[in-house]
Amino acid sequence: MKQTVVGPAFVLGDNIDTDQIFPGHYLALVDPQAIAQHCLAGIDPQIAGHFPSGGIIVAGRNFGCGSSREHAAIALQGMGAGAIIAESFARIFYRNAINLGLPLLVCPPLHGAIVAHETVQLDLLSGIVKTAEHTWQGEQLSGIAVDILQAGGIKPLMRQRLHQGVSG
Amino acid sequence: MHAIEKIMAHHAGLETVKSGQIVTAKVDFAEINDLYLQTIYSFKEMGGTRVWDNTKCAFVFDHFAPTPDVQSAQNHKEMRAFAKANHFKHHFDVDSGVCHQVMPEAGLVYPGMLLIATDSHTTTHGAFGAMGTGVGATDMATILLTGELWLRVPEVIAVRLNGTAPLGVAPKDVILTVLGTLHADGAVYQAIDFIGDYVDHLGVAGRMTICNMAVEAGAKTAYMQPNQAVLDYVAAHGVVDYHVETTDPDFQYAQTLTFDVSQMQPVIAFPGHVDDVRPVAAGTGVKVDQGYIGSCTGGRLADLEIAAKIVAGRHIPEYKRLLVVPASQAVLQAGIQAGYIQTLMAAGATVTAPGCGACLGVHQGILASGETCISSTNRNFPGRMGAVDADIYLASPATVAASIIAGQIMDPRAAILEAIK
Ligand code: SF4
Repeated sequence: MKQTVVGPAFVLGDNIDTDQIFPGHYLALVDPQAIAQHCLAGIDPQIAGHFPSGGIIVAGRNFGCGSSREHAAIALQGMGAGAIIAESFARIFYRNAINLGLPLLVCPPLHGAIVAHETVQLDLLSGIVKTAEHTWQGEQLSGIAVDILQAGGIKPLMRQRLHQGVSG
Repeated sequence: MHAIEKIMAHHAGLETVKSGQIVTAKVDFAEINDLYLQTIYSFKEMGGTRVWDNTKCAFVFDHFAPTPDVQSAQNHKEMRAFAKANHFKHHFDVDSGVCHQVMPEAGLVYPGMLLIATDSHTTTHGAFGAMGTGVGATDMATILLTGELWLRVPEVIAVRLNGTAPLGVAPKDVILTVLGTLHADGAVYQAIDFIGDYVDHLGVAGRMTICNMAVEAGAKTAYMQPNQAVLDYVAAHGVVDYHVETTDPDFQYAQTLTFDVSQMQPVIAFPGHVDDVRPVAAGTGVKVDQGYIGSCTGGRLADLEIAAKIVAGRHIPEYKRLLVVPASQAVLQAGIQAGYIQTLMAAGATVTAPGCGACLGVHQGILASGETCISSTNRNFPGRMGAVDADIYLASPATVAASIIAGQIMDPRAAILEAIK
């Protein structure tokens, strides 16, 4: 896990649901590259093609609400999102993203405080979010989330455990 | 402790748990629907070969039932191969129906159990006094590997529903009204316990509708203390061995919201936001192109029954359509037996295969740009049932039926009075 993530901000609003992140119409797709091409198509099908690599999504409340589709997290990661900061996350989306090794941070309201393309830096262990002008203290990740991110996602973590003959 | 905490403690092998604690719980049943082929891929990437217990997991083919395209057909094919290779005891192919309906019908849901499924609406099973919660594909893969999942013990909020529902107020109206107050993020990470005399007297179908939509407030799980209707239901479906948990009298809820059901009226959620809930009258005059009765929220026998009673002897207007998607094969058969399906068809309904149908915009009734649908389903996000700029109003099955007959959004009460005369 890279402790510090830096990238240009990509700003979204409240209640961005998983149908907007990844419309149901494409749910039969399984190839992550193909999935990534339709990321945020429920908002604008052009976004995925123009998303800046390593971009940091800055959203409002309840990001990822709705369906449990892992495609949403796969799409965001595949599109090149470096991390997501939001005021709150829907819980299934939160688990899915952490499991894939896509860092998330819960942070106080940033609406209007961070503008599109502005460089954002976040420290995953301390939960600190910075722009050139401001600093915010976000919530620290739980021990389990850090363990999973450190391992590069839950798949490598489970592989390690299986290898060591430990279950659970 | 709350009943949900007792379920979690029991499955984690602990005496007690408290909210905020992270536990590793043994899963009683793991159910995977057909959007989640990724589960198998993640399982294999983790090094998995055999599932932990082939009597405790099943695939349900519902979202693509039957398959609309080559890609989903391929996905089913791979899932069937995996189920066969692992000798799954239970398998629900495209003839079955929506997972949340099929599971209890198969006798796989019972009070006190921990059910994990790859679907957000797994909260439905709180109706049975079970703890049901949704996860994504890779979390599910860890369960198939180990039989366990880490879970955070949620805070529990109480939604107290008092009183008797007036004419025309269905369980769907009740939960929409609650969501209008609680809002789409009002219970994120929390559990909702529905209490009060309305719940004590509610039948299984109504309980399922309400618990189903708890997730629309972000809830991790929902709970209702099992009543006699639940115990009768599980017995009728062959369940004998279970333990009903009860909440201790001194349990402190994180919050209690109280509603007087006897003061409620039929409501609709306006397009785009499940929590933008207003009286049906606020939508009067809005022209509708499609009525939709179906899904794990509004596709059960009671839903077909009220819709059939309302449309009996009438016909939907020309250039409109009414889609009826029974939640399961068993619901379809019972609907035929009772004559509801014939009545609906005579009124111009198109009946499609039991399953998710157009609820998630994959097939069998997708909306075109600029169209309006009134639906007994649970989500009206932009693009949920097709074009991003199609409008979806959520309503009770009665309101859907009355509205599509009128060609515009319509309070169902006059039609219900007429129907029961
Ligand atoms: S009926 Fe709709 S909400 Fe229910 S499981 Fe199927 S797609 Fe999801």
